[in-house]
Amino acid sequence: MKASDLFPIHAGFLPLLDSAILVTALERGFAREEGIDLHLARETSWANIRDRMAVGHFDVAHMLAPMPIAASLGLSQIPLNVIAPMALGLGGNAVTVSKSLHNAMVAANQGPLDSPLAAGSALNQTLKERIQTGERKPVFAVVHPYSGHNYELRYWLAANGIMPERDLDLVIVPPPLMSDALKAGTIDGFCVGEPWNSVAVAQDAGVIIATKSEIWRCSPEKVLGVSAQFADSHPEILGGLLRALVRAAIWCGDAGNHDDLATLLSQPHYINLDKMRLAPALSGQFPVVRGTPHHVEDFFLPFERAATFPWKSHALWFYSQMVRWGQVEWNAASLDKVSAAYRPDIYRGALKHMGLAIPAASSKVEGALERPTPVGSVQGTLLLGPDGFFDGQIFDPDEIENYIKAQAVD
Amino acid sequence: MVDLLSVLVIDENRLRASVIEAGLLDAGYKRVRLLHDMREIARTIEETRPDVIVIDIENPNRDMLESIFALTRTVRRPIAMFVDRSDQYAIEAAVDAGVSAYVVDGLKQERVKPIVDMAISRFKAFSRMAQDLEEARSELADRKIVDRAKGILMRSKGLSEDEAYRLLRNTAMNQNRKISDIAQSLVTASSLLDSEGETQ
Repeated sequence: MKASDLFPIHAGFLPLLDSAILVTALERGFAREEGIDLHLARETSWANIRDRMAVGHFDVAHMLAPMPIAASLGLSQIPLNVIAPMALGLGGNAVTVSKSLHNAMVAANQGPLDSPLAAGSALNQTLKERIQTGERKPVFAVVHPYSGHNYELRYWLAANGIMPERDLDLVIVPPPLMSDALKAGTIDGFCVGEPWNSVAVAQDAGVIIATKSEIWRCSPEKVLGVSAQFADSHPEILGGLLRALVRAAIWCGDAGNHDDLATLLSQPHYINLDKMRLAPALSGQFPVVRGTPHHVEDFFLPFERAATFPWKSHALWFYSQMVRWGQVEWNAASLDKVSAAYRPDIYRGALKHMGLAIPAASSKVEGALERPTPVGSVQGTLLLGPDGFFDGQIFDPDEIENYIKAQAVD
Repeated sequence: MVDLLSVLVIDENRLRASVIEAGLLDAGYKRVRLLHDMREIARTIEETRPDVIVIDIENPNRDMLESIFALTRTVRRPIAMFVDRSDQYAIEAAVDAGVSAYVVDGLKQERVKPIVDMAISRFKAFSRMAQDLEEARSELADRKIVDRAKGILMRSKGLSEDEAYRLLRNTAMNQNRKISDIAQSLVTASSLLDSEGETQ
């Protein structure tokens, strides 16, 4: 197909590992095979992604999974009509603390920090000691108020008896600046997507103490945000893009391609880092987690376990956390808006002839599967899970109001 | 005219920030503060309580800035620039120019618009200036490479400077290419072939 026959689509992304699917769709020709001339523009902030989609520069974008939900609830700084017809993988983040905080945690725990629970309880103990000695509250950073990072960090802290606003300060820092801020002592810990934890480890600035996959296995992180106007005007083209991205996701999930993928992403116009920094997240082999080398199961899943399916239960869980942390008031009437931001119907429609197993349901009980389990699918066999929360809690979207009540923060 | 609105300009590019500052001062805004060090953001906002904040959109700290607004306990909470949210044109003009602005809720659009317009026009002027500078630089580089190519022709073919230039120009015209491109090819080829190491 000649370049002039291709349909141009403009997409924004941030330099993070989970831009992999978009980058692969362009670089390995999957977009072109669907008749799409994909243009990728690297951005410096989620605010830019939002603004440039609002003014029509971007048709689609790499987005934090809660962003379309925040937009649908009118929480965006400027109005944005955006939907999420696809997810861009599961997992991919970690919590990292400074070396001095890690040392204090190890001392407080009087033993190895061998799980996120042990690490959380050690942090709790350390904070109590700090209050007694009158030291300042530790500062933790996340990348955005409406981000998986913010909610999973708070979830992990709260489950360990640590109240974010009371016991520590939470601030926003852009991903590429996290390691420097940790080194400079401006912050004491952060939750960010890869490769920025591995960068902090390599710079000897910090220690990874929990991964997103340990806090909530198979949890949502980024989505493909699509301008609602674009989705309405070009449903066929959008279908083609989703197929291209799913093929790219399959390619990214193949361990045999991980070296090529790391090389691709390491280029100056993508993540612009040594490919060594990208390897741990792809293989799950981390040089150091809580002080020792670690293989992290399901650290980042680009395709397996329905990793690209936009579950409405994920959208609803994010809403429950927005309410929990006071970003928005609980309102039963908002549930429809939240649900409507995620569009599994568009995903299913686009993929129906690809011969892939697609979930038959649009929502599921989160945290209920202890092992990989075959589930109802449109065709073929689909394995989901394990998908547990580290504290054993379960989120049933039909019981969202009770879930929120049980988590209420004073 | 003197306007008492206070304006905070956040730009890590000091030159551009001072260009905007000068524009605002000329227009009668006397309370302009520049901020280059992002670590000072929260404190500066708390202290100066700006009515309008102007920030370059390439600044990676925009997400941090917006989160500070959300946390601000004061009633006068800045919101995204577009006081009149239906003004799509203003949003586009600003994003195209590479600038974003935040305005304290409740300010009248007429009071804010001149500031935002000023920022947009200065940002545009600055990028034109940067482009002109880039062009001037590349012109200079072109001239240098043409001089080297002339030197090679003068030595190897025994031509005068004028003759060498005409040869380059005619070749460029015949091949429909720029003289500097022909000169670059000649210099590159010569560096590969020349045992005297002319261009090493």
